[in-house]
Amino acid sequence: MYPSRFAYDAPKSLAEAIAILDRNGGEAKVLAGGQSLVPMLKLRFAAPERIVDINALPGLDYHRLDPDGTLRIGALCRHEDLEYSTILPGAFPTLAEAAALIADPIIRTRGTFVGSVCHADPQGDWAATMIALGGRIVAMGPKGRREIEMRDFVLGPFTNALAYNEIAVEAVIPAARGTARGGYLKLERRVGDFATASVAVALDMSGDTVTRAGAAMAGVGGRTIDANEAMSVLVGKTLTEESIAAAAKAVAAAADPRTDHRGDLEYKRHIVSTFVTRILTKIASTEQKAA
Amino acid sequence: MTSLYETVSPPPGDDVPTNRINLTVNGQLRTMDVEPRLLLVHLLRQGLTLTGTHTGCDTSNCGACTVLFDGRPAKSCTMLAVQADGHSVQTVEGMATSSELDPIQEGFKEEHGLQCGYCTPGMMLAAKALLERNPNPTEDDVRWALSGNLCRCTGYQNIVKAVLWAADKMRAQQN
Amino acid sequence: MALDELKIGGMGASRRRVEDNRFIRGKGRYVDDVVLPGMLHMEILRSPVAHARIKSIDTSAAWEVPGVRLVLTGETMAARNLAWMPTLSYDTQAVLATDKVRFQGQEVAAVIADDPYVAKDACSKIVVEYEQLPVIVNPIQAQDPASPLIRDDKANQTSNKVFDWEIGDQAATDAAFAQADVISEVDLHYPRSHPSPLEPCGSIADYDRSTGKLTVYMTTQAPHIVRAAVAMVAELPEQMIRIISPDLGGGFGNKVPIYPGYVISILASILTERPVKWIEDRTGNLISTGFGRDVYLKGQLALRKDGRILGMRMHTVSDHGAFYADAQPTKFKIGLMHSTFACYDIPAAHLVSEGWYTNKAPGGVAYRCSFRVTEAMFFQERMIQNAAYDLGMDQAEFRRINLVKDDMFPYRTAFGFLTDSGQYQKCLDLGLEAIGYSTFKQEQEEARKRGKLLGIGISTMTEPLGAGNSREYDIIGIKMFDSAELRVHMTGKAILRTGAKTQGQGHETTWAQIVAHELGIPAEDITVEEGDTDTAPFGMGTYASRSTPVAGAAVAMVSRKIRAKARKIAAHLLEVSEEDIEWELGRFYVRGNNERGVTIQDCALAAYSNVPDGLEPGLENNAYYDPPNLTWPFAAYICKVEVDPETGVWDVLKFVAVDDCGVRINPMIVEGQIMGGLTEAYAMASMQYITFDEEGNCIGANFMDYLLPTAWETPGYELYEVVTPCPHHPIGAKGIGECATVGGPAAFVNAVVDALQHTGVRNIDMPMMPNRVYQALTTGKNVSGMPPVLAG
Repeated sequence: MYPSRFAYDAPKSLAEAIAILDRNGGEAKVLAGGQSLVPMLKLRFAAPERIVDINALPGLDYHRLDPDGTLRIGALCRHEDLEYSTILPGAFPTLAEAAALIADPIIRTRGTFVGSVCHADPQGDWAATMIALGGRIVAMGPKGRREIEMRDFVLGPFTNALAYNEIAVEAVIPAARGTARGGYLKLERRVGDFATASVAVALDMSGDTVTRAGAAMAGVGGRTIDANEAMSVLVGKTLTEESIAAAAKAVAAAADPRTDHRGDLEYKRHIVSTFVTRILTKIASTEQKAA
Repeated sequence: MTSLYETVSPPPGDDVPTNRINLTVNGQLRTMDVEPRLLLVHLLRQGLTLTGTHTGCDTSNCGACTVLFDGRPAKSCTMLAVQADGHSVQTVEGMATSSELDPIQEGFKEEHGLQCGYCTPGMMLAAKALLERNPNPTEDDVRWALSGNLCRCTGYQNIVKAVLWAADKMRAQQN
Repeated sequence: MALDELKIGGMGASRRRVEDNRFIRGKGRYVDDVVLPGMLHMEILRSPVAHARIKSIDTSAAWEVPGVRLVLTGETMAARNLAWMPTLSYDTQAVLATDKVRFQGQEVAAVIADDPYVAKDACSKIVVEYEQLPVIVNPIQAQDPASPLIRDDKANQTSNKVFDWEIGDQAATDAAFAQADVISEVDLHYPRSHPSPLEPCGSIADYDRSTGKLTVYMTTQAPHIVRAAVAMVAELPEQMIRIISPDLGGGFGNKVPIYPGYVISILASILTERPVKWIEDRTGNLISTGFGRDVYLKGQLALRKDGRILGMRMHTVSDHGAFYADAQPTKFKIGLMHSTFACYDIPAAHLVSEGWYTNKAPGGVAYRCSFRVTEAMFFQERMIQNAAYDLGMDQAEFRRINLVKDDMFPYRTAFGFLTDSGQYQKCLDLGLEAIGYSTFKQEQEEARKRGKLLGIGISTMTEPLGAGNSREYDIIGIKMFDSAELRVHMTGKAILRTGAKTQGQGHETTWAQIVAHELGIPAEDITVEEGDTDTAPFGMGTYASRSTPVAGAAVAMVSRKIRAKARKIAAHLLEVSEEDIEWELGRFYVRGNNERGVTIQDCALAAYSNVPDGLEPGLENNAYYDPPNLTWPFAAYICKVEVDPETGVWDVLKFVAVDDCGVRINPMIVEGQIMGGLTEAYAMASMQYITFDEEGNCIGANFMDYLLPTAWETPGYELYEVVTPCPHHPIGAKGIGECATVGGPAAFVNAVVDALQHTGVRNIDMPMMPNRVYQALTTGKNVSGMPPVLAG
């Protein structure tokens, strides 16, 4: 498989990169990790006139915490950086669990968190975690900087809210108020498979009470499914068998799966419900042990 | 440029864009003019005749094209050659010196970790990256680290043994 | 004084592989690694639709692309009588489509250009106008008399049927069923699967007008068959055709058929007078080259209450795609399906098979399989397990009652095969002990308390490996024997060539071990070469686990011819008569005086320097081996699984493999073959299948959708051996390469079904994806038979 012809730039500054995008009026495409874009070029599903490789841009390969605990992930932070991160496991358990389940270990060395979110694949793992955690994307364009809430960022399958001359430079994920709890479960038939269904859950807890509850799903709809509203049944509650069951039921109802060779829609809904239950039950037992 | 393939044809017309790149391959600095769409794996195989790097799937699933890019494993069929400008690439041909095999290469032979040999270079480089990060892996660590590389012949069990064999040897050499 | 056989790398030595020295350095030489001066590159344009009439093809824009040298369509091929080619099953197959396309991915046009990127650019500029026709994606649709005729190119073809075939004694079988206490029935589908060696197919054709010689580098498991076929199809003199099969990145049956791409590259080289390289991409490989399986079964066993099987009936319906392009022994339309139940003592059996054309890729190749034995043994073991359930009998005990006993050999099966050796019960018992069968029920109870379901699956089977004999087995009329040629040089070093072709099996290592065993020449002194038809003796190639049974036997036989001549030379050197010469490994000596002897190396030197009067000089010979029978290895595979009833996800807790493949030449390599084969079995059982939507679109056209297991999912295996030498093979060996792929799948499926047995479920078709297992578990119904055709 061979890509069709395109021109290539590897700008050394963000301003230069944005200027190139601006000049090319929608015919240029940003290359970060390239683990989705390059296969699409090879399959000729994508045939941009110009590729703007942002890998030479300085200072974007970070992930760090602000003093208030806000997590910032730069556009060149690779999946692998997050997989081996020492700051995620305590503060962002949802991300920590998802990190090891992204694609496969070799792809994780190249692919980026922000790029994956921008790709807006309905089966993308990171977009689901971003929605569950209430994150936002920082975009830079000719007119400067703007922040886009994650729930407004993914417009549909493979479509995001960036303008043609904007680059997503950072993902911002707010810190939990209280204790961060969460998890990520994915049903895949083998490493690197697209999810049959996956569920991200993120809770803020104060003592044993849930103060914020987020959830999102991949693989069970034409886009990443936002189930934050469904999860609100948990807010103000403790994690009991009853409240967990109510949340699982509500999240499963928010899923919009279709029947395919991975399973029928009832099965996929059932998996969502099972995964929500498992993540919450595990959190509940952790809380019990802590207490 | 894709005119790497053209052993007898005229070079492409002016309308074909090319970029000059400098990269280090197996320790040697190389300068080449390439068309941006040229894949890194084709630069290595066709341009530098390093045919130990293979292509097996085209969709970034099989890992037969795995090389070390600045020391980390990467699928060279899913990278553009121009992306290697200013970077270093190591292929299977760079693993052994003229007199000495890498312990991973020895391990693959000792433990019968290969049959047709097609996945082997990618497997060995993925294993090399693992052992640099984790010199004392468990069987599960090895299986996990190699899960981006497919093998159709061995059933993996001997590949895992080969990597553990190499890890043992490398640790013994350290002591 | 005799040599230590293990020290010289003889039989039984786990000799490290010679070929590894180049592979671990990245110095293997696969077809795509070969670069010839002035080489052009070819890309194929494939049909996006499954069934359509071609109204027009416009290639003008493709010719305009700079760097394009040639554009070929069916019309160009037809002008040279090359639009169609014969298959290895006496059918025909389109090389480039002229009238219709008959499956998605069929070859429609080809572009030859200076580089493959440009060739691909030009392919996308070819405009083809299709008039879509109704699509047939399974044999049920094909059987409908109102369905469109797929093969309207064939003069006498009035339906979509490929063949009917029948074997066995129907009357005796009916009588057995009339006496049965219990009749056990199974209805299932062995899904379409693709061998997917990691290296796809490809060729480099190099026609030299000045000499008239055509050299083709090709990914083929059977170079001599290709040479014969090319001579016939391209009407070139056979001595002017040289097929070179260099290192192969796996084969598994995928590289036996002759594909359109090979033929097109040959014509392209003839027309351009330049070497033309064609390397298939993975999608091309998956959607157009030989698949395996795709067979439906209705099977019945007639049972007596005491556990004896009285009779067996099978009706199979196979889907062959648009062209009947299996590589199949001529006499057996559905291959060796009738080897089913060969390890069980069954008085009466009857098998009816029918094959159908559909709008799917052609094939039905033996994917790590001796011509449909994989289906045969899977069907057998699914039927056996369910029969035990239907009788309310322990599945191991039921096998014990019906397995052929050690004292019954040679045993004639109900379908006429002659099995000649084995210790079936011993293998089974060894496996049961290793898996912990006696404590399993208790373990199962404990797991239930944790909310998990445990199951144990057994698969016991013998299979026929190593076709021929040549009386019964041929492919397009060429008899199935094999060959070896041995040249012992003056210094006692040697080169061995065979008509087989290694693809990872390690022939370069093991053939030398056979010579070492027969002659005492150290294995490291013997070079092995295969795959070049200009130098290798004629042979039928490597597939169907026939290398060791046939070519390996030829290696032993040619070594014995060399030894016989060396004996004459030894007698001359020792100045005694030949009758007074004794042999021990590596040397001849005078009977009664072991001190007085000469080595095989002494004889080699003398063969070129000191030959007795009346004896031809030199120490070279060849052997053509026509096996008297197939070899019959036996295996007992036992699998223990844990099923998560909430998700349908299952994990292998333990897998035990007991293999009896007779004498093992290189135990390390044998074990490698078994573990590789088991993994393909696991793959088919768990994830690996090719399916189609109602429009004939292939779901599984790349490795994102066609799932192959990684090191992470793949279970570990415990291996055990039993050795019952093959009575007719010169070194007592039996085939092994495919045993685990043949017998393995049933062990996995039987284990999962066993875990669900309490729900009444008796079958889940492969692949047992979590959703299917969950469906079976929650409904208590089988997930079986014709799969639902999914909307696109």
